[in-house]
Amino acid sequence: MTLTPTVQVPLRLKGIHKHFGGVVAVERFDLEVAAGEIVALVGDNGAGKSTLVKMISGLYEPSEGEIWLNGEKVSFRDASDARRKGVEVVYQDLALVDEQPVYMNMFLGRELVKGPLRLLDRRRMARETQTLVDSLDVRIPSARATLRDLSGGQRQGIAICRATHWANGLVLMDEPTAALGVAETAKVEELIARLRERGAAVLLVSHNLDQVFRLADRIAVLRRGTQVGVRSVRETSRNEIVSMITGLS
Amino acid sequence: MTTTTVRSARPSRLGRVEWKDYVVYAGFVVVFLFFAVTQPSSFLSVANLTNILVQAAPIMVLAVGLVFVLSAGEIDLSIGSVVALSALSAAVVLQSTGSWPLAVLTALGVGLGVGLLNGIFVAVVRLPSFLVTLATMGLVAGLARELTDLQSVPVTDGTFISLFGAKWLGLPATVWWAALVLVVGGVALRQTRYGAHVLAVGNNASAARVSGIKVARVRIAVLVGSAMAASVAGLLYSARLQGARYTLGEADLMTAIAAVIVGGTSLFGGKGTVVGAAVGSLLMAMLNNGLILAGLSVSQQMVARAVIILIAVSISLRGKRGS
Repeated sequence: MTLTPTVQVPLRLKGIHKHFGGVVAVERFDLEVAAGEIVALVGDNGAGKSTLVKMISGLYEPSEGEIWLNGEKVSFRDASDARRKGVEVVYQDLALVDEQPVYMNMFLGRELVKGPLRLLDRRRMARETQTLVDSLDVRIPSARATLRDLSGGQRQGIAICRATHWANGLVLMDEPTAALGVAETAKVEELIARLRERGAAVLLVSHNLDQVFRLADRIAVLRRGTQVGVRSVRETSRNEIVSMITGLS
Repeated sequence: MTTTTVRSARPSRLGRVEWKDYVVYAGFVVVFLFFAVTQPSSFLSVANLTNILVQAAPIMVLAVGLVFVLSAGEIDLSIGSVVALSALSAAVVLQSTGSWPLAVLTALGVGLGVGLLNGIFVAVVRLPSFLVTLATMGLVAGLARELTDLQSVPVTDGTFISLFGAKWLGLPATVWWAALVLVVGGVALRQTRYGAHVLAVGNNASAARVSGIKVARVRIAVLVGSAMAASVAGLLYSARLQGARYTLGEADLMTAIAAVIVGGTSLFGGKGTVVGAAVGSLLMAMLNNGLILAGLSVSQQMVARAVIILIAVSISLRGKRGS
């Protein structure tokens, strides 16, 4: 873990603490995610992973501690505020609109308009979407295809493209492949790896340790709300991570 | 279309979407031909066809409002009684002040008020729109009866009547007003951010929320829109009939819902079409008209209409469950 306060770190969490009434959900959590790095967040059910993700995405406010984005200390009023400040989340349950074309999903909530009547600029949205999915090599029939007609992997690909497009350096992924089959998962993992090559900072929450070892550069382990440790993938083993998660040696 | 990989998207779309979405047009043609063949002289006359348009006009206006409500995954059962209360309030204001702008504003104000009430209970108190609008339906119907003590109110103001009841370019003004509402509604649903947000909320509200769409605001807006559309329908009625009565719009709720569903709007949100609703409204008006011409009594018409609506709605909803 780097201790030098580099200014351009996409995400830095300092002493994050969250309690609900008397129940402590997350206790003193520190983490940095650098550009071009995938950090996995692992832990058993109830370890505090989702609470942490919800704090970074603006759904919960930390009771104590600081969130820094790209060298700037931030606090979020709500999820759309966090989104405006460049935090993008990829959810497992596909936060997409099935009956709409791909390009409308890409621009959901930020549709492009033109002219004095502010009518939707569908052509431009479709064009920009096509460029984006092509550049990330997400294979879909067309940016104008209806989302419902795509496979689960293609849809998650769209969700990841969208997050990448709008993110200000940091992409948060909450179990991005939990709802996908084996082949689809492989595709999505390829895509996540490509994000790293493009210099994105990815915080990946996953239950799947194989996936974590395939993708992540570092692994942060949470147990009962406490940060047990952060390990570099190259210097740790499955056994060590499992024992950190469970607390048994 | 530039395509990287060709999946089975096209054929499945054809199978799932196309024919159901065009049921309303086929139905329209079939019903039209049926009445044209069985009652060629009476049904096909220009006067009768114009009459169908006039009958369809208020239904269309209501249907446009409903398309938004259903697309957002909600329902508005209060529109029928809003028609009556708006028409009556406008008539009462006209009678007492003689000011048509004030009458129009009063009617629209009724819609705005009821719509906000519905919207707040649905979006803020978070009750199902079915229950909220069922309650306001009764509330508004009661107010309409109370307002004039069940008496009908005549409308005599010439400007008001000609504004909504005169003939422009050979067609009654009420048809033009409905056409205007159709165009505005069609563009708003298809071509604006608002329309996109309405469909997104109806399709996947949590996706809409995490995408920064103000879900509560959209829900309030669609309910205000449908109530105000009902006010416009009330104005059209009171001008055309030159009077208002608490029974106005009574049967229109079912007709408008049927028109919208048959037109291809999803009863479960996320999918809506204003053009389909317009054709659906014409279909309903044509059915009413044809049944009258066929010499059915009022009670027989009610039965026939209900059966036809049931059949039409089953046809247009059937395949949807399959997908």
